[in-house]
Amino acid sequence: MLLDSKIPEGPLAEKWEKHKFNVKLVNPANKRKYDVIVVGTGLAGSSAAASLAELGYNVKAFTYHDSPRRAHSIAAQGGINAAKNYQNDGDSVFRLFYDTIKGGDYRAREANVYRLAQVSVNIIDQCVAQGVPFAREYGGLLANRSFGGAQVSRTFYARGQTGQQLLLGAYSALSRQVAYGKVKLYTRSEMLDLVMVDGVARGIVTRNVITGEIENHAAHAVVLATGGYGNVFYLSTNAKLCNVTAAWRAHKKGAYFANPCFTQIHPTCIPVSGDYQSKLTLMSESLRNDGRVWVPNTVELAERLRKGEIKVNDIAEADRDYFLERKYPAFGNLVPRDVASRNAKQMCDEGRGVGSTGLAVYLDFAEIIQRIGADGVSQKYGNLFAMYEKITGEDPYKMPMRIYPAVHYTMGGLWVDYNLQTTIPGLYATGECNFSDHGANRLGASALMQGLADGYFVIPYTIGDYLAQTAPKPVDTQHPAFAEAKAGVQARTEQLLAIKGTRTPDQFHKALGHIMWEYCGMARNAEGLRHAKTEIQRLRKEFWSDVRVVGTGEELNQTLEKAGRVADFLELGELMVDDALARNESCGGHFREEYQTPEGEALRDDENFAYVAAWEYQGDNQPEKLNKEDLSFENVKLTQRSYK
Amino acid sequence: MAGSNPNAKPMNLTLNVWRQAGRHAEGKIVEYKVKDISPEMSFLEMLDVLNEDLLHAGQDPVAFDHDCREGICGSCDLFINGRSHGPEKGTTTCQLHMRKFSDGDTITIEPWRANAFPVNKDLSVDRSAFDRIIQAGGYVSVNTGGVPDGNDITIPKEIADRAFEAATCIGCGACVAACKNASAMLFVSAKVSQLALLPQGHAERKTRVENMVAQMDKEGFGACSNIGSCAAECPVGISLENIAMLNREFLVAKATSNNLA
Repeated sequence: MLLDSKIPEGPLAEKWEKHKFNVKLVNPANKRKYDVIVVGTGLAGSSAAASLAELGYNVKAFTYHDSPRRAHSIAAQGGINAAKNYQNDGDSVFRLFYDTIKGGDYRAREANVYRLAQVSVNIIDQCVAQGVPFAREYGGLLANRSFGGAQVSRTFYARGQTGQQLLLGAYSALSRQVAYGKVKLYTRSEMLDLVMVDGVARGIVTRNVITGEIENHAAHAVVLATGGYGNVFYLSTNAKLCNVTAAWRAHKKGAYFANPCFTQIHPTCIPVSGDYQSKLTLMSESLRNDGRVWVPNTVELAERLRKGEIKVNDIAEADRDYFLERKYPAFGNLVPRDVASRNAKQMCDEGRGVGSTGLAVYLDFAEIIQRIGADGVSQKYGNLFAMYEKITGEDPYKMPMRIYPAVHYTMGGLWVDYNLQTTIPGLYATGECNFSDHGANRLGASALMQGLADGYFVIPYTIGDYLAQTAPKPVDTQHPAFAEAKAGVQARTEQLLAIKGTRTPDQFHKALGHIMWEYCGMARNAEGLRHAKTEIQRLRKEFWSDVRVVGTGEELNQTLEKAGRVADFLELGELMVDDALARNESCGGHFREEYQTPEGEALRDDENFAYVAAWEYQGDNQPEKLNKEDLSFENVKLTQRSYK
Repeated sequence: MAGSNPNAKPMNLTLNVWRQAGRHAEGKIVEYKVKDISPEMSFLEMLDVLNEDLLHAGQDPVAFDHDCREGICGSCDLFINGRSHGPEKGTTTCQLHMRKFSDGDTITIEPWRANAFPVNKDLSVDRSAFDRIIQAGGYVSVNTGGVPDGNDITIPKEIADRAFEAATCIGCGACVAACKNASAMLFVSAKVSQLALLPQGHAERKTRVENMVAQMDKEGFGACSNIGSCAAECPVGISLENIAMLNREFLVAKATSNNLA
């Protein structure tokens, strides 16, 4: 299939306006004749479900949680970008567009990113109208702060709980439509397959996780807003239940998977403390506004620290290396995430890491505490400091935080065109679930922006174009494709239960995570990737002969749920390795050791790799086919990214 | 170990865990032993250890709700030694760490107990009643698009801050579990206060409080007798002042609104 991104003609700034005029409309009386399924109720899903219901479509919204409000968007801390230029500091739609394209290391589509920057301003207005309590200045106007990869203050926030407040806003809009009967909400329902009828998406198969019942649901279109796949690494900042299953099932039914190897390693997370560790906790990037990152000047000092011979506060100012400020004077501690992460790793590789494992660097607040006092710092970051203390038992008001990079976000995802439609007609993907806007590295405070942009302001227009060309006949689950898909899900459940092996799903998941982190993490090379591929294949084989799930499929069975998710991660992991191996360049979060500048920065190869890698499923245990969507840049000049 | 206390010794613990096969099944407390628990573990990581042990022994692991494990999603909901989310103040179960316990301790773990929160299985309960209360009016009726600029309406910082404090409720249900009447007043009042404080919420101020309170009663939550254990046990510090505000809002609404329902 030829990949058609369907980017509208015309100048960048006019594309979206023109497109909105050119898309077909469904007349108000006909909208109620169309059913739309939205899977996932995070920012992208709740906002889409609410907005589509407001327009008049019948929406069915699905979440595996007990409530839509539990979705992992809730954990986003720092903020949401918008090109409001309220600070009079030179921001504009073009600047937000430019920063995002550059931050993504020139591997995103210009037209999509420009649209994102355009609608960013509407998102803030919408959220304020819903009663989202953003931080405000004394004069009563909205407050802003700075985030990595930008030299303007354009990040709106609600203390360190911005994701929570935005999600509760979207959840309230969704709840209102549930009350009106325009959204039928299915909680505790996990999507386990996509149903296709005559080549188009026509429904889904779900499992009610409380009763175990496998159900079919039909609609005229399906929207996947099911988040990212960072949990393929086992340890990540993602919530425990985050998984790739919905997207992966769609992939196996024909939706291309784009840039799977583009994963974001976030520089400021609480370091791993032991083998039992179940997840990693992020310390918001907003802390880099005021925290200073450093390690000791010498390996010898670092060693003495690790052995406990000296304490961190004993190290003299002159013996501290504020390495980000030293290497990147223009951006300092606010360099983009991929750059900050790689530098932290480099310090630890040199033997200057701290903490008893040596896999940590300091994030120091002494200067700001001295400048504005502990109370002032608490106003800004109180909940983050409290969380750090709960987890580590250390008081960040008295000693610097220890931080280390951790998997945080996945830029890759289902390939979508400008309308957010996948390669399957009638199947859409929004939010982190798609690949569209962040290229090879996402800037801070841009995930919330994208999730809400897709849900509130893009999909309500673009899905209408598809529905207007679909007959408004009622849909049902009578077609044999539904029975077939349901039988497939049932068979797989039975298979997992029948293996009765010796190793738990968590043991397999940890083993996979170890392989991924070691060979497909912050730094990758061809030899390691080839080794990882063999290892994953071996592990997947062992899984299907040795995994242990007890109980039945007809009850709340969390081990069974987990096993199904791990099985899909074991397939995705191999594709990520294939993608990393095929991309013989370094860009953003994808750092191939063979391709770096003399200073150790990512070395892109625009001549050969300025494309989106869209992988096409070819059948079980068959190599996937690589399709390329060439990226053309007409409005920005491709340069070596410099934050010096 | 990179934690604060590298010399902390592993602990052996006795767990008394509520086991219940399904909503209509009889439940009972079952005793388990867990060994070599690191003080650096979170409470849920300790339960992960128990569940891996059970799975290896061919037994059914203990079902419990959890997700973000950083104290914000509100999924985790354990009643530990007779207290919502356990002994540490202002902390969700997932953020409770084992350094708060000692070697040899016996820990009793139960689900939230309330008629409005039926047990799904073991420690997992059904809190969809909270969703239905929000659906009854916990929103501002604005459609997507066509709203004023975010800075068109100024909101004094102290009002915005108070609204934010109320809005931080994570919907976990600890307040209901802590209340001897199983009242949901703290949860409901947090949303009512947030939207009553903000100018955006004013248009529907009266109907909102009436409808949300009516739904709360319908769900079978108990009455509020102003003891305050809800606020004392709330992991995110939702203040009792919200309940005072709800009462005021409710009275004013009943006295002046045209809602005859």
